[in-house]
This record gives sequence, C-alpha cells and structure tokens, in this order.
Amino acid sequence: MGEMEQLRKEAESLKDQIIVARKGFADTTLQEAVAGTAVVSRVQLKTRKTLRGHLAKIYAMHWGAGLTQCVSASQDGKLIVWDTLSTNKVNAIPLKSSWVMTCAYAPSGNLVACGGLDNMCSIYNLKGKDGNVKVMRELASHTGYLSCCRFVSDSEIITSSGDCTCILWDIETGTEKTIFAGHLGDCMSLGVAPDFKSFISGACDYTAKHWDIRDGNCTHTLSGHESDVNAIGFFPNGNGILTGSDDATCKLYDLRSDQELITYQDATIMCGVTSLAPSLSGRLLLAGYDDFNVNIWDALKAERVGVLAGHDNRVSCIGVSSDGMACCTGSWDSFLKIWN
Amino acid sequence: MSNNNASGNLAVAQKAVKQLRLEASVRRIKVSQAATDLKNFCLQNANKDPLLMGVPSSDNPFRPPKSCTLF
Repeated sequence: MGEMEQLRKEAESLKDQIIVARKGFADTTLQEAVAGTAVVSRVQLKTRKTLRGHLAKIYAMHWGAGLTQCVSASQDGKLIVWDTLSTNKVNAIPLKSSWVMTCAYAPSGNLVACGGLDNMCSIYNLKGKDGNVKVMRELASHTGYLSCCRFVSDSEIITSSGDCTCILWDIETGTEKTIFAGHLGDCMSLGVAPDFKSFISGACDYTAKHWDIRDGNCTHTLSGHESDVNAIGFFPNGNGILTGSDDATCKLYDLRSDQELITYQDATIMCGVTSLAPSLSGRLLLAGYDDFNVNIWDALKAERVGVLAGHDNRVSCIGVSSDGMACCTGSWDSFLKIWN
Repeated sequence: MSNNNASGNLAVAQKAVKQLRLEASVRRIKVSQAATDLKNFCLQNANKDPLLMGVPSSDNPFRPPKSCTLF
C-alpha cells in the first residue's frame, strides 16, 4: 500500500518536472520566430486525375517510392495498385477480409501490405515469379484492429493497433521483433522517420509518442490534443511531428525541444481531422477533415491558405508523392483524386 | 486473487515511473533554435517544392500539354 502511494507521488512529481523543464526551454514561440516571414500566397490545386474503380469507401492510400504508383484499400475488399499517370490499375488484389483499414507500399516497390478488423497485417509480393500477386505473410498477434502499417524495409514492417501497441515485425519469419507498449488508448496512426531509425504513433489517449526502433524505448510523449489523435506524420526535416485530431486541430511538435510549437485551428472548423501530409519542404500542411474537405495550411504561419473541395464524402486519407509533385486524396465516396 | 491484482498494479506503476524518468531526462534545445531550424528548412527547400511553387504545365507529368491533331 505504502509503495503504491510512493510511486503515485513520484509519477506526479516527474510529470511536473517535465512541464517545468519544457517551460525552461520555451524562450520564444514559433509564431514570434516567424513574425518577419510572409504568409504564402493562396494555394490553388486542381484535380488532375480521378482514380475510379473501388466500389465502396476508401480507407487508406500510400504512394510508392517511385514517383507515380500508389496503393489504395477499400472496404469493397480490394487493394488496388494504380499508375497515377495513366489512371490504369496495375494490380487489383482481392482480400480475404474486406474490413481493411490501412495499406502500405514498401520503399522498394516489391511489396504492399494491408490490415484491419482481422487484426492481421497481410504482406503481398507484387513481383512474384508467375506474375500472380499472392499473400506472402500474415502477421498475426495483435489483439485489436490494425489501424496503420508502414514498411521499414522489405524485411521489416511496423504496425499500430487498436490493442494500444505497435509492433516491429520480421517479415521473413513472420514474428514480432519488438512490441512498443505504452499508449493508454487505441493506436490510430504511425509514421516512420526519414532516416528509418525511429517512428511516431498517435493514439486515442490524445498523445503522440516517439519511439526508437532499435532499443524499443519511447523517448517522447507529446500531449495537448483534447481528443483522439487520428493522423500523424514527420515534418520533412525529421525533427518535427505533425498530428491531426478529433478535436478539429492539427499540431506541430518539435522533438528536440520536446514540446508543441503551434496549433492549426480555425473557429469555423469544427470537425475531426482524418489524415495529413506535409508538402516536400514542409511549408504546406495538407489535412483531410470529416467535412469532406482538405485544408491547406501555411505550416509556419498557421494560416489556412487553400482548400481542396472535390469529394462527396469524408476524405479518409491523403499523401504527397515522394518528389512532392502531387497530392493524392482518398475518400469514402470511393474515388481517389490526384491534385497539383 | 486480490494479491495478484495488487502486485500487477504495482508492476504497472513501477513501469510508469521508469518511463517518466526516461522522458524527464531527455536532452532538450531551446524553442528559438528549433523554430529557426524549421523556418530555415522550409525556406531553403521552397524552390524544390512543386505544390508550393506551382508546376508549369510543360513540367507537369499529370497534365500532358494539349495538342490538336487533325486526321
């Protein structure tokens, strides 16, 4: 009894220490630091392509590392690999479980992965010898839905789950290498660092966590959101973390100063953020919302500088291609759109 | 039974304290430094950011230049 009380007191004291320490390094705000920088001029992107073919809500999309292919997942039970230039379907992969919530494209272009309410992450080989795309591995051990997955390489993938953990898998053997536990709510989204040494996760405990892939430690826990963190991504410099939440805001945190730098919010926006992606330089933050729109923010000045309106239902996923040339949005209206 | 619960709760509390100690000890830099680095990264890479700068139709792979052919 005495020890529990002691531990509780120590935990409270450490939390206070962290708050004080962070304040000590807050010698200015991002807003002040960019006071002399002009807001970017209005950004007007046009739909260049519409990818038609899914027959139900699209839940996820991910660009390949090559410049023009992407993969999308829909609850029509299909994973489609698209050539976005021609709008042709390179592969249409039927899934065992149609309750898919996430998909990923390996940086090599050889593999794609998906998962959802089946609690599993299924890996597909796109470059099989006989040309047929088959399930290569089924990674099963999560006790909750698969919310997100991202390849580290052709042999390792990280998954996030409704069971509140993330797992680093060895694809070859189909086993768990490291379990990242610590979130107190469903993990909703994850992002891998540009240098592949760490990753970040957003969860229904309203926090974002930063993890070291090799030693398995959570190095930072970032709070401030007032509801579930649905979307997360690294700022392109590898030091910033962008989050999107059901509290209708996005936030930018910095890892090295271990605190929030700015919040992207507007009194007229009252619906949750579903997805986000930074532009190549990080200057633009594109965020998808429940009200069917994508808002484009000047990431430094925290002002809205554009809107992508074109979907007839919730924008569930968004991504910027690896050369920054185009943005892709996926929606519950069953279409994907390419914008620039 | 209640003893198992108690030792389970204790282990969870010990883990939580250990994690907080780790997070409290992380090395931090000043926000002014972080903000400057962010700003500089954006400004230095602005020219290479197609969505920011706009893409002329001639360079836009998603928008082939319109051409008229009469057969």
